[in-house]
Amino acid sequence: MLAHAIFFYVFSIIAVISAIMVTVSKNTVHSVFFLILDFISISCLFIMIGAEFLGMIMLIVYVGAVAVLFLFVVMMLNVAQQKNQWFNSEATSSGHIPVGLIISTIIFFELIIVVGGWKYKPELSDQNTTQISNEISNTHSLGQILYTDYIHIFQISGMILLIAMIGAIVLTYRRREGVKTQSYLKQISRERSEGIEVLEVQSNKGVKIDD
Amino acid sequence: MEYINLVFEEVYKILFLLVPVLVSVAMIVWLDRRVWAFVQKRQGPNVVGPFGLLQSLADALKYIFKEIIIPASSNKIIFILAPIITMTLALIAWAVIPFGEGQVLANINVGILYIFAVSSLGVYGIIMGGWASNSKYPFLGSIRSAAQMVSYEVSIGIIIINVLLCVGSLNLSDIVLAQQNIWFIIPLFPMFVIFFISALAETNRPPFDLPEAEAELVAGYQTEYSGMMYAMFWLGEYANILLMCALGSILFLGGWLSPIDIYPFNLIPGAIWLILKILLLFILFALVKAVVPRYRYDQLMRLGWKIFLPFSLTYVVLTASYLFYFNLLPTL
Repeated sequence: MLAHAIFFYVFSIIAVISAIMVTVSKNTVHSVFFLILDFISISCLFIMIGAEFLGMIMLIVYVGAVAVLFLFVVMMLNVAQQKNQWFNSEATSSGHIPVGLIISTIIFFELIIVVGGWKYKPELSDQNTTQISNEISNTHSLGQILYTDYIHIFQISGMILLIAMIGAIVLTYRRREGVKTQSYLKQISRERSEGIEVLEVQSNKGVKIDD
Repeated sequence: MEYINLVFEEVYKILFLLVPVLVSVAMIVWLDRRVWAFVQKRQGPNVVGPFGLLQSLADALKYIFKEIIIPASSNKIIFILAPIITMTLALIAWAVIPFGEGQVLANINVGILYIFAVSSLGVYGIIMGGWASNSKYPFLGSIRSAAQMVSYEVSIGIIIINVLLCVGSLNLSDIVLAQQNIWFIIPLFPMFVIFFISALAETNRPPFDLPEAEAELVAGYQTEYSGMMYAMFWLGEYANILLMCALGSILFLGGWLSPIDIYPFNLIPGAIWLILKILLLFILFALVKAVVPRYRYDQLMRLGWKIFLPFSLTYVVLTASYLFYFNLLPTL
């Protein structure tokens, strides 16, 4: 039990410190790396409370894909040297603070609502269909709830993600004119007879090639 | 006191796993070079030790005594962290590989997800190395490899879903035991082929070694590295390749199971069978390196997103409908 506590405190301290460092650090790329460290320590915490599936999915989705894209964008846009304006002098005080405050207040109240006992389908949570047993693995029990009681929520969130994806494609897609593309089928199905023509060339006269 | 004993026992187990893995990484580099030479009718490394077997050790010794050069304009912490992360990630994934029934360091329920997560973290070593070097070739190489690894992870994930549909568990030992009647390579053969190609791309092996395409990018993200740090990148890369071979043999070739379950074959311990299967896959990797020319970058992306992804998704639907129709879906 002692080891459990030690690990819990180590991971949570790392999580909190790296979360603070995300906002404080001067270099944007460093911020992203701290964000990744934060994700990793939080997924470790998930694993420690027995939510192994959630922890692994957190690692795969957030660390393996989302944070890579973050890093990509930050590196490509070359904002690495941009000064972080949070703790700078009053001359460069930024307009980010009000927005940040509003968002954090909203998140704070959402957390209060959730912690304060609001339940989706209270009859389900009261019946306690989600008994934790050692015979069924975490993944199985998650699947049993997700695909039965919460199937509609699950499907709707899937649809929202799909729509967001299609929307992103529609917004960024543009048909460009004058782009030379290669047709793979055409390249593969080329025959020798089309590519080469053997001509009898007479001395001092040459041949005329029409293209 | 009991506590300390427990810790020592774990450390002993970990060493018992990692030391053979590191030694076999050294041997596998030798094998890679020998196979490559064999295809090209050369001798390959054959001087140090019998058949040149100790060549990798000699190379490692050379790397250890070389100077580590850290570029003046690099980001030093991240520059040093990058090879360490690559190496660590390549090694920790071995914790869940089962070498026999019960012969596994950590028999966790989400073993396959663990391997998938660790291999998806592998991209960070490369990005960090490329960015921290503060030089254009490493940066271009790391961007290429990030895009490449993220794309091919998607298709590997969907291939894994195919296997999981047939097994009904995320535990690697369960995946192997589910293949007692028939190895998954037979019903899922197209998936095996796609897995093999995606594994080549995921580990940056030729013909998909664009992150370090020497003709265009000098050595990609490794350009600024020297000495032991370069060697760590290189060890991590080969450990990753071995891991992908192990994953392929567990998912499709029946892991530690013997090919035929009759008398002389079941006497051989399961670990030997697993090693033989890993070697078989690795020799295929090496042959591909020797035979196939390098892909162009846009072709690589097209292959990943426009061919492998739709095909494996379709195969998921087909597998699921087949299992559902014939009532073969695994139950709890």
